[in-house]
Amino acid sequence: MEKVIDTIDVQRRQFMVGAAGFTFGVAVGAPALLSGEALAQNSSVRLNDWVTVFTDGTVAIMSPAAEMGQGSLTSLPRIVADEMDADWSKVKIVPSPANDKIYGNPGRGYTQYTAGSATVTGYFNSQREFGAQVRQVLMDNAAQRWGVPVAETSTQPGVVLHEKTGRRLTYGEIAAFAKIPAEAPKVAVEPVATANFRLIGTDTPRVDVNGKHNGTAKYSIDVHVPGMIYGAILREPVDGAGVAKVDDAAARAVDGVLNVVPLKYGVGVLAETPWAAFQGRKALKVTWGSKAQGAGFSTDGGFAKFSNAAKDPAHPVIDWEKKGDAAAKLKTAASVVDQEYRSDYAYHAQMEPLNSIAAVSPAGDAVEIWCGVQSQTIAVQQVAAALGIAESKVKFNHYLLGGGFGRRGNRDADFVIDSVLLSKASGKPVKVIWTREDDIHAGRFRPLYVNRLRAGLDTSGNVAGWYHRAVCDHVMAFMDPVRYKIVKGRDPIALLGTEVPAYDIPDRTIEGVLEHTGMRTNPLRGIGFTANSFATEVFVDELAVKAGVDPVEFRLRLLKQMPRARHVIEETAKMADWKRKRPGRGLGVAYVSYSGTQIAGIAEVSVEKSSGAIKVHNFWCTIDCGVAVHPDNVIAQTESSIVYGVGLALTERISIANGAVEQSNFFDYHVPRMRDVPQMHVKLVQTKNHPTGAGQMAVPLVPSAISNAVFALTGVRLRQQPMLAGRVKTALLAGEKRFA
Amino acid sequence: MLKMQKFALTVNGAQREVTAHPDTPLLWVLRENLKFTGTKYGCGAGQCGACTVHLDGKPTFSCLHAIKDVAGKSVLTIEGLSQNGSHPLQKAWVEEQAPQCGYCQPGQIMRAAGLLKETPKPTRSQIVEYMKTNICRCGAYSRIIAAIERVASET
Repeated sequence: MEKVIDTIDVQRRQFMVGAAGFTFGVAVGAPALLSGEALAQNSSVRLNDWVTVFTDGTVAIMSPAAEMGQGSLTSLPRIVADEMDADWSKVKIVPSPANDKIYGNPGRGYTQYTAGSATVTGYFNSQREFGAQVRQVLMDNAAQRWGVPVAETSTQPGVVLHEKTGRRLTYGEIAAFAKIPAEAPKVAVEPVATANFRLIGTDTPRVDVNGKHNGTAKYSIDVHVPGMIYGAILREPVDGAGVAKVDDAAARAVDGVLNVVPLKYGVGVLAETPWAAFQGRKALKVTWGSKAQGAGFSTDGGFAKFSNAAKDPAHPVIDWEKKGDAAAKLKTAASVVDQEYRSDYAYHAQMEPLNSIAAVSPAGDAVEIWCGVQSQTIAVQQVAAALGIAESKVKFNHYLLGGGFGRRGNRDADFVIDSVLLSKASGKPVKVIWTREDDIHAGRFRPLYVNRLRAGLDTSGNVAGWYHRAVCDHVMAFMDPVRYKIVKGRDPIALLGTEVPAYDIPDRTIEGVLEHTGMRTNPLRGIGFTANSFATEVFVDELAVKAGVDPVEFRLRLLKQMPRARHVIEETAKMADWKRKRPGRGLGVAYVSYSGTQIAGIAEVSVEKSSGAIKVHNFWCTIDCGVAVHPDNVIAQTESSIVYGVGLALTERISIANGAVEQSNFFDYHVPRMRDVPQMHVKLVQTKNHPTGAGQMAVPLVPSAISNAVFALTGVRLRQQPMLAGRVKTALLAGEKRFA
Repeated sequence: MLKMQKFALTVNGAQREVTAHPDTPLLWVLRENLKFTGTKYGCGAGQCGACTVHLDGKPTFSCLHAIKDVAGKSVLTIEGLSQNGSHPLQKAWVEEQAPQCGYCQPGQIMRAAGLLKETPKPTRSQIVEYMKTNICRCGAYSRIIAAIERVASET
């Protein structure tokens, strides 16, 4: 498993209530979002804080999450505030500095890495416990001052009470005299099943929204540093190709270009303005090396190779999951369904193109960085390694992310290192901006997939034996070799979603084949689920048809022992009025159990026969992620995921020829626009379970639900995503011939 | 090869003079010369709408206009849409909690402001048609529609 550092030690270090700074009124009248720097400047000890209580009653709570619109900057402090009984109107949220030991996610091996919809779920227990400890200390201090047993004290939001005597002290008043114990008090928090939450489960405005309406919200691309120049990089078209020859005469002649800097992976252009940097970059003539592993690779070749690997029984595999004896069951099954599914490469398309700013000291022994990343600590480690300096010599200024979706969390922090190398080369602060074309050409994609599934049905229509082999590019080996070692090659980014944990299928064998293609890959919102669950959920539909059972009913039968799963499907079917036929439209269902979150969706589609274009009219969805810390945000994230899923399902395709990406910008990589979005009907089911994730869980539902809906409407099964109009048209024509 | 030159234009009601290469898109002049960073770079090709500003009163892609072509014209950016974010659309954006990552939102708001100027009470399909120029990768579209409809219904 992942690295786990000493938990007790962490708890102790995490524990510190505002020992200093009470005299400093920085928080008075400050905006709801304090900068970490503003706070840190006034106290050196405060860097270790989670919570600081000011004498004016302000409670500053550190939030370690990167904020990319998913809302955890607000959600995590809300958990602390609930348990410490803070007055939310007095809470200021402070983005925490980069420090795994203090701010790392306990659910992610104590790394400060915002990904996997794992933030609330991973921090939930520790944030609650920590909030409870703060409350205990406040009560202890009040009790001591009053000379009463602490057991007689209680709290209301922001106040400690002694009911017997009617005395009360606000948290701010206590902060003026509070003594902080050397060790955190032992506290017990109420189990989730019986806890009465006050803030958790209620809505509040997200702290990052203010400023996003008037242009003042700052992303790193907006940063200006005195003396700063600009960098653009022409990157190798295929990873590892390297530079063979550079002719930079024309580039250097561009007005405003200051220098051309050869890099291992490309050529950097430094200029007085971004535009000059882009023009200079355009004028470069570079001959690339030919030794890249991915040279000559193509999407078509990849599919052919993966397809062979998917059906070759002798091919070495990763045993992902094995239960019972699928092979034996398949041999004796009354009927067998055997199908192949395909998914193309897909691109993150976060709206803020990758960028960073670095200022390396003249001696090269220290650096300041301005960037928005999904892991602040990984960025610091990489920058330190690139310069051969201590991590303590890296000052990291973290910004809002203009979208992440997995692109800003790769171990090599490619887009951060760019500015470090160019700042080092120039001796000046440098802002490196990737153009959209760079962002696509050197994109790191959801891999190419071929999924092969085979399952038997017995004479009563029960699933008897289930076999799944997923073949795709390596992801973790490329995007995070450190974690790849830790998981011993069992790549969760690639292979999660192949399991069908909730379905009652006792005999199942699930295997993975990971191919080194030389393509750049990364987690993308919904990770392996987007392809693997596309395959499983369309396949389940095919089984239902074979068994002659309604697809909703078929799933419910497979989920007899899973009441939460059944509930989300039943609720979704009810909302969609599943049994009602509607002329010219088809309904399709999908269900996913994703990191514990139970989620079901139903798509209502029509198909334009002449073009093959699919239109999604409605999408109904029910999500049960246990306790929803911030319900309105769970709904926003679910809608967001549905839209993302619509893009992956219908239009988003990266293709590779000669190892290089063929798409360039939004005119050939089509993400959903307002007109492409269905009416979304999202129901949140709040259950008293530990919160699981919500940031991406609906993404994988969409492609399979759409495919299943198209089948219901046309009788034609679409087994490759994206379901591009041309592909659909071809499939419809083939279907007509078959049915003729 | 063309060299940097001086250009005068009006931004958010104020006369400004900038030194830039004549071909520099207005987007970069706004962002880097004048520090109006609310206008965002998304694609540089008029495909995403993140750079939407009003040029002589009409919403347009600032990435597609060279500074030499906008000299003497009047530009309105998100920073100039209102004092303190008080434009009805900006208030509705917060009320509806429309932004997620927020990066595209200044462009969305500037586009929506153009819509309401032309069509104060747009239908749902008019909204969808008019706003198709602007991509929101977080898929906050339903809340963007809700925010626009909120303003349309209140005026």
